Amino acid sequence: MQCVVTGGNVKVLAKAIHSLSRIGDELYVEPQEDGLALRSVNSSRSAYACFLFSPLFFSRYSTPNGHDFRCKMAIKSVQAVFRSLATLEKTVEKCHIELDEHKNKLTFTLHCKHGLLKTHNLSFQDSESLQAVFDKDNCANVFRAQPRVLVDTVVHFAPSLEEVTVSVSDERMWIKNHVEDEAERSKAMLTELCLASDEFDHFAVQAQNSITFCLKELRGLLVFAEATGLPVSIYFDEPGSPVVLSVADSVLEGNFVLATLSDEPSVHKNNSRGTRSAPSPPPDDFMNDDIDSYLIAMDTSVAPEPLTASPPRPPRPSLPDSTCSKRPAAANHRTRTHSDEGKEEDGEEDETVDSDRPPNKKFRSLFFGSVLPPSSQMSTQPMSCQEVLASDSEDESQTD
Amino acid sequence: MPLSTQSQIEDEQYVFMASLDNARNISNILKAIAFKDHAVFTATPNGLKVTVEDSKCLQANAFIQVEVFQEFTIKEDVVGFQVNLTVLLDCLNIFGGSTAPGVSTALRICYKGYGYPLTLFLEEGGVVTVCKINTEEPEETIDFEFCSSDVTNKIILQSENLKEAFSELDMTSEVLQFTMSPNQPYFRLSTFGNSGNAHYDYSKDSDMMELFKCTKTQTNRYKMSLLKPSTKALALSCKVSVRTNSRGFLSLQYLIRNDDGQICFVEFYCCPDEDVEED
Repeated sequence: MQCVVTGGNVKVLAKAIHSLSRIGDELYVEPQEDGLALRSVNSSRSAYACFLFSPLFFSRYSTPNGHDFRCKMAIKSVQAVFRSLATLEKTVEKCHIELDEHKNKLTFTLHCKHGLLKTHNLSFQDSESLQAVFDKDNCANVFRAQPRVLVDTVVHFAPSLEEVTVSVSDERMWIKNHVEDEAERSKAMLTELCLASDEFDHFAVQAQNSITFCLKELRGLLVFAEATGLPVSIYFDEPGSPVVLSVADSVLEGNFVLATLSDEPSVHKNNSRGTRSAPSPPPDDFMNDDIDSYLIAMDTSVAPEPLTASPPRPPRPSLPDSTCSKRPAAANHRTRTHSDEGKEEDGEEDETVDSDRPPNKKFRSLFFGSVLPPSSQMSTQPMSCQEVLASDSEDESQTD
Repeated sequence: MPLSTQSQIEDEQYVFMASLDNARNISNILKAIAFKDHAVFTATPNGLKVTVEDSKCLQANAFIQVEVFQEFTIKEDVVGFQVNLTVLLDCLNIFGGSTAPGVSTALRICYKGYGYPLTLFLEEGGVVTVCKINTEEPEETIDFEFCSSDVTNKIILQSENLKEAFSELDMTSEVLQFTMSPNQPYFRLSTFGNSGNAHYDYSKDSDMMELFKCTKTQTNRYKMSLLKPSTKALALSCKVSVRTNSRGFLSLQYLIRNDDGQICFVEFYCCPDEDVEED
């Protein structure tokens, strides 16, 4: 594979790699006939991102015909190639990328001002195809907004905040910080923003749902969207099925697929499988949580005055890995949007039953096509919605 | 300048005495070579030379010319002493590190001779701080025997270009390899890290290249850990001269312009890494 990126597109490519680095530690590179695909997935496989740069994005793009080749490498080493993002636009005139299968080398050559030539030869590993299975076109809720709208929204949340809950009605979208349990809730600062439908370029709601997902990856995408000025589309169905964030223009497409918190009982049953493939969430994502909930539990035990009449719960310290009961979010949701009543009713009851159960894994991993033998058809082909929810144990063996 | 109003009699006891209006002019330069605690100061009628060494493989010299000082008196041909550079810099930073605009700290450095402490008078807004730093037995500094007649390859380039390369260097690489050649690639910096290798090639015709005098192709490796400290000097500098001699020793000379537009030099000598098989 050989390709040449020139001018402002070098920065676009660099930004894409930087936003992929928010997702996972490895970059999967796959030159396809329809363009260069760059992908990443997080360690618990609950977030996946893919950028596809069409051949027109490049001033030259050629792939060897007839056989597929794909590889992965540490994303950090690719980031290092584009380290000085700020000066990139001013200094780099041309970027030449060459994938040499025989020498196992991916070469980035940056032609810079003042005759400086930077050559990075990166070693890589062969890899299976990485492909999340999602179908954004059949999602019930579809939105599109200018990046500025979302950036201005997200800026109100603390950098340490992990998850946000997005709720939608026919005319509005609410975004609030997700607080895990009742004890924390009474202490935490709650932030909620409401966006009217006219803030969006496109606003279509078929299912008045509320989903909770990680903010980190959204922020990562926004960095890219803001730099390129591309509108961000959001697609989602229901709690537990993934949310898809995407940006696209005529020469590139980026899709971020994020798992959402599930609060459906049926999903909990499947979940025993899901937890296996995501045994320990990355410490930087969840560590703080645990300490916080532990400390708060300690705190409340000193002054045992529950602020809300919540059902008795197992003592928190004994569950250091505990995640949350979804009750607060759901309850809150109901009081606000009465129109949701019918749909939420079932979930609501089940939730109450749920709260005495051992906690479930927060996010289930997405199902990846990587378990399938590499095939060119796999690349961008959407699969049925059902499979998205399931996480296969074979998946795990693929991770390493 | 209140410091200079002190009595002449007192001044006469010092074998070395220097003063300057802005302590930062000296502290900035010293910071650039402060990679080890101990520094040997050598004062001559030309100015002050400060030497710091590491592992007998790297030597850094800061030359602060006599013009930088408002007063510079020396009673002997050469006055030498060794002090803890970290302590000296702490004194300069704590008592003279004001970064407020328009505020500068005047500094007078005095040394009575062998066995006496180094005395610093720092004056800022009418307040004088006196610091006495014990001097140490000066260690002998290494002579790298890097004479200009033996220089094989020499280039001078504007620092701007090199700063970029140094800020991006792959620190997982144990060595930094310099290739200088009359032919392509002319001047190349290479690293060999965990994720692969990287080369930075500088064209000899670049407008950043002020002088290009390479006579022979030379490829030498230097320990990254030894060269990394020179980044501080590079950051302050506006021009850099890169030279190698026939034995593969590297000399990096940085031309540094201080706040008042005066020129100082910081020079690094580095031994090449042991010869390794070319792969």
